[in-house]
Amino acid sequence: MSGTNSDLTEQVLRTSGVNVRKCMRCGKCSGTCPSYGEMEYHPHQFVYMVEKGEIDALMKSSYRCLSCMACVERCPRGVEPLKLIEAVRLMVVRQQGQNHLKADQIPGLLDEELPQQAIVSAFRKYSK
Amino acid sequence: MKEGQTIMIFSYYPGCTLKTKAKDLDRYARKSAEYLGVTLEELPEWQCCGASYPMARDEIATKLSSVRALMSAKELDHDLVTVCSACHNVIKQVNNDMKNGGNTAKKVNNYLNPEVEYNGETNVIHYLEMLRDKIGFDVLSKAVRKPFAGKKIAAYYGCMLLRPGKVMQMDNPENPTIMEDFIRAIGGDPVIYPYRNECCGGYITLEDNCIAEKVSGKVLSSAQENGAELILTACPLCLYNLTKCGPENKIPVYYFTELLAEALGVKNEGGAENVGNEQ
Repeated sequence: MSGTNSDLTEQVLRTSGVNVRKCMRCGKCSGTCPSYGEMEYHPHQFVYMVEKGEIDALMKSSYRCLSCMACVERCPRGVEPLKLIEAVRLMVVRQQGQNHLKADQIPGLLDEELPQQAIVSAFRKYSK
Repeated sequence: MKEGQTIMIFSYYPGCTLKTKAKDLDRYARKSAEYLGVTLEELPEWQCCGASYPMARDEIATKLSSVRALMSAKELDHDLVTVCSACHNVIKQVNNDMKNGGNTAKKVNNYLNPEVEYNGETNVIHYLEMLRDKIGFDVLSKAVRKPFAGKKIAAYYGCMLLRPGKVMQMDNPENPTIMEDFIRAIGGDPVIYPYRNECCGGYITLEDNCIAEKVSGKVLSSAQENGAELILTACPLCLYNLTKCGPENKIPVYYFTELLAEALGVKNEGGAENVGNEQ
């Protein structure tokens, strides 16, 4: 099988605590996702790609999620796709030199009103 | 404080943004609480909550600042009141991890090694819950001196006050009423609109404000189409995104505490600059 990696899959499942087999493919997570149009892979695809072990592709596509928890709240099966996205993103940024956001980029992104909350939460999501 | 009221004391966690870009959210929360006979005691030496709950099961260090705040409130034997949506979400979810035992509680207690283990004993409530459950919206409405009579006000919940519903337990996550009841208590006319609990874009605004503009724009037009004259929020980042990103936004966005202070007639008391900067 190309593009699959059982170690990575195991790690994503363990870190997220998600049981991907509960998914019944209703698509409600993607239907309710405010960032659906921005994502290469959508929340429902995340679930079955993790199930199939296609983690490498997902690792390049996890920064468009807004962490709004709509998919967590509205999944009729309690699958919580967001936790998979978070686990995949962490797997990337926990590697050395793989931070998606670096501190020296911040001054260029600031404006007068930007709340500290935006910077702190972006670092939580994009960097280690 | 008025006669017949009992003194209520809570521990208070303001959070970083309330000390800097969102001073109004903090300042008016304190002024209004004081007028309502509630003492908010700021926690000593609190640290930033991180603004985003670490969801991964093996994240421990990122939860410690929240645990320290929770332990500090437990020592003082008060409920812990938060006002920023993000702080509330992080601290409440971390408290839930601690309460439910398991891996997080075990590792955190091993690391912090406190004299008495912390297992989620502190009760975390948002300022809105304090108004609803501890003071009562009926009592609040009687304390209002300058009601927003006939004003069409849209509550914007966003994500973090409500979700995940089974942990936050503030209200029905899909059909909440707490902010609308608050609006009624201060004399306003709540506007119900479909995007009131959809995302503003959150932190993505830092990297790609086009995405934030799109999603915030939907919230704003939804409120506008339903006749809102102003929008209320409890979150500094929601306020930023809704104010900054909305295309042709003509609806002003306020912190709910500012309207509360205005309704109670305490907004301009004591000077605007010298309140809320005690730390």
